[in-house]
Amino acid sequence: MTRPLTDDQRLLQDSAREFFAERAPVKALRADRAAGRPFDPALWQEIAALGFAGAAVPEAYGGSGMGWRSLGLVLEAAGRTLVASPLLQSALVGVAAIEALGSDAQRAAWLPAIAAGEMTTALGLDEGAHHAPSRIAMRAVREPGGWRLEGQKRFVPDGATASHLLIAALAAPTPGAPESLSVFCVAGSADGLVRKPLAMADSRGMADLDLTAVRVADDAVLGSVGEAATALEGVLDTARIGLAAEMLGAADALFALTLDHLKTRRQFGQPIGAFQSLQHRAARMFVDLELTRSCVLAALDALDDAAGVSTSVRSAAAQGASVASVASVASLASLASLAKARAGDTLHLVSNEAVQLHGGVGMTDAYDAGLYLKRARVLETLYGTAGWHRDRSARLDGY
Amino acid sequence: MSLETFRRDTRAWLETNCPAAMRTALDEKEVVWGGRNASFPNDDARLWLERMGERGWTAPTWPAAYGGGGLAPAENAVLQEELRRIGARAPLWSFGLWMFGPVLLEFGSEAQKHAWLPDIIRGRIRWCQGYSEPGAGSDLASLATRCEDRGDHFLVNGQKIWTSYADKADWMFCLVRTDTTAKHAGISFIVFDMRTPGVETRPIALISGESPFCETFLTDVRVPKDQLVGQLNGGWEIAKRLLTHERQSISTAAFGGGVGLDLVTAAQQSVGLMCGQLADGDLRVRIAAFRMQERAFHLTVRRAQAEARAGGNIDHLAPLFKYAAASVNQQRLELLVETLGLGGLGWEGDGFHPDALRATRHWLRSKGNSIEGGTSEINLNVVAKRVLGLPDPT
Repeated sequence: MTRPLTDDQRLLQDSAREFFAERAPVKALRADRAAGRPFDPALWQEIAALGFAGAAVPEAYGGSGMGWRSLGLVLEAAGRTLVASPLLQSALVGVAAIEALGSDAQRAAWLPAIAAGEMTTALGLDEGAHHAPSRIAMRAVREPGGWRLEGQKRFVPDGATASHLLIAALAAPTPGAPESLSVFCVAGSADGLVRKPLAMADSRGMADLDLTAVRVADDAVLGSVGEAATALEGVLDTARIGLAAEMLGAADALFALTLDHLKTRRQFGQPIGAFQSLQHRAARMFVDLELTRSCVLAALDALDDAAGVSTSVRSAAAQGASVASVASVASLASLASLAKARAGDTLHLVSNEAVQLHGGVGMTDAYDAGLYLKRARVLETLYGTAGWHRDRSARLDGY
Repeated sequence: MSLETFRRDTRAWLETNCPAAMRTALDEKEVVWGGRNASFPNDDARLWLERMGERGWTAPTWPAAYGGGGLAPAENAVLQEELRRIGARAPLWSFGLWMFGPVLLEFGSEAQKHAWLPDIIRGRIRWCQGYSEPGAGSDLASLATRCEDRGDHFLVNGQKIWTSYADKADWMFCLVRTDTTAKHAGISFIVFDMRTPGVETRPIALISGESPFCETFLTDVRVPKDQLVGQLNGGWEIAKRLLTHERQSISTAAFGGGVGLDLVTAAQQSVGLMCGQLADGDLRVRIAAFRMQERAFHLTVRRAQAEARAGGNIDHLAPLFKYAAASVNQQRLELLVETLGLGGLGWEGDGFHPDALRATRHWLRSKGNSIEGGTSEINLNVVAKRVLGLPDPT
């Protein structure tokens, strides 16, 4: 854990930062907002062409096989300029779900398509305004040759645009057997699926989904019904860790912007950054950022370390997972909650301080601080607030 | 010698030479500080210091010419791993090892190194630090203890304060003013025997009931001229370097040990669980938040160590460690005392669990963590100016 970056990872980080700074600076988000589109499809094709969409996809499936830490570095770079793209939902969440839950045939069909930027996914999990994976009501009912999905999903990121929706629903493997969460891959064009785009404060694409008698074939089930629940928790932890990396990037860049303002804005005949009360606030943010960076990197490393383990968990799930695997899954869960909670607290602090320390211009739409603030709150809420993860962390530790 | 061989030999030597009683957790009452009047909790502690000191392994990376271990960093890493493996206690705690020795190696003359380093390594002389004065705390460079050149010796007059264990120390390393017309460039670094006539110490009673710090009065103290370290008026550079060593040793070693109570276990027992959760929901959340902060701090220490080992630059991280370590330790002890309720606020006596009494004293002692060795505010100044490049006021 907490390994320094390898030379390859450093190169990747530099090239990702350079690419996003040049091709998708914050003004690209402004352009998307003005055009009323959640992201620029041409940009997504470039991102895929650079290998970023397939960063975590194994080479055997057409990806670059660089692992989760590498994808984390790309997400961190994207977070710096608030890049609007399917990176998080497709390259991270979609790939993690298909990797962890999917059959060999599904991996062979979908992973290369995601890596190539042809297929995009959106995870339909929560059904309310708060992250609550234990409170899913959507059901999948067995029908000859397939399943019928009924229910609603709310606030699905990329829900209006993704080519495929990964819908979490309760299902029983055989009639009368206990229900557990399974994941179904539903084409965006499926009959009975209504997608209602939501205009969110951060100008990014979210949608509510209504599923009325949406019928899918057996091969739309990721893996098999009744075996997904534990692995889905791991998928969510992967999502939380990648999200924390994106949040770290946003906080880091916003802090740099604020520091620059402290050095250049003059009042009382000197840069305002010469005042000790502001210096200490900046120094505290720096300390917070560095502590959070350590958590995010350790969590990304743990994902790479667990990559081998997850395979054995998957195969062991049917026979009852081994003690060692369960222990390492628990430590991954704890690190994921640590990273997401810390990133949430840090981004919350930095986004509020950025607006305040910029003074009046921080309140203007023309200035970027406000865009970071709005994006910050959405990211903080997605997949569990800091408070949600503190609660989970206490439960994991038995108190 | 290959590292493999070194590890095998080291392991064998430790197996033979580390007494079983020295492979148990170190209670602070059993710490060995060495010195002319050294006290040892038992014979094994004395033997352990003798054996480690003889090999120079109390100072593993110092040159063998001065009695040090002469180990390369990679060998020292192996030694530390092997010591951890058997849970060996540190044979010696020493300001000489942590603070004075490292700067003497860098700034001292050959004769000075030969004169003082071997006794530090063997734990024969215990050193104390004469830095702060009543009028020079955070603004250390305003110190006023006068040191006059009297031809064949220096004459020192003034007062030091917050001198840790001055009443138990044998020698002092001390900052003195040798030029009153310059601030930083008028400071020199001298050392002297605490038995010199004119040196007087008086312990200061703290809120914790302990007296680890003293006032030290210096009245017409004659110091031989060969006890000046570095250049005359060149002491500030040495002082700053030593502070870096001090902050490192404070933040990595001195905080956080010794209470013997785990926060979560204490909370489960003292506050109790309802439906598997701490009965006090507010306390539960604050403990969870604290534990995340603590873990983030430890992960950052490990990240810095890993980056340093890989040859990376961690200058931007160093100033935050002392600040963060103080904050984490203070939060931990505040939560621990709160968790124990009134049982965590006992002063002495059989009516309280010994661990709870220790927690009370540690809690009070921890208030000094954000003051000693550079206050948290000074550390934030350092982060703001040296790391973030924020300007000085005009």
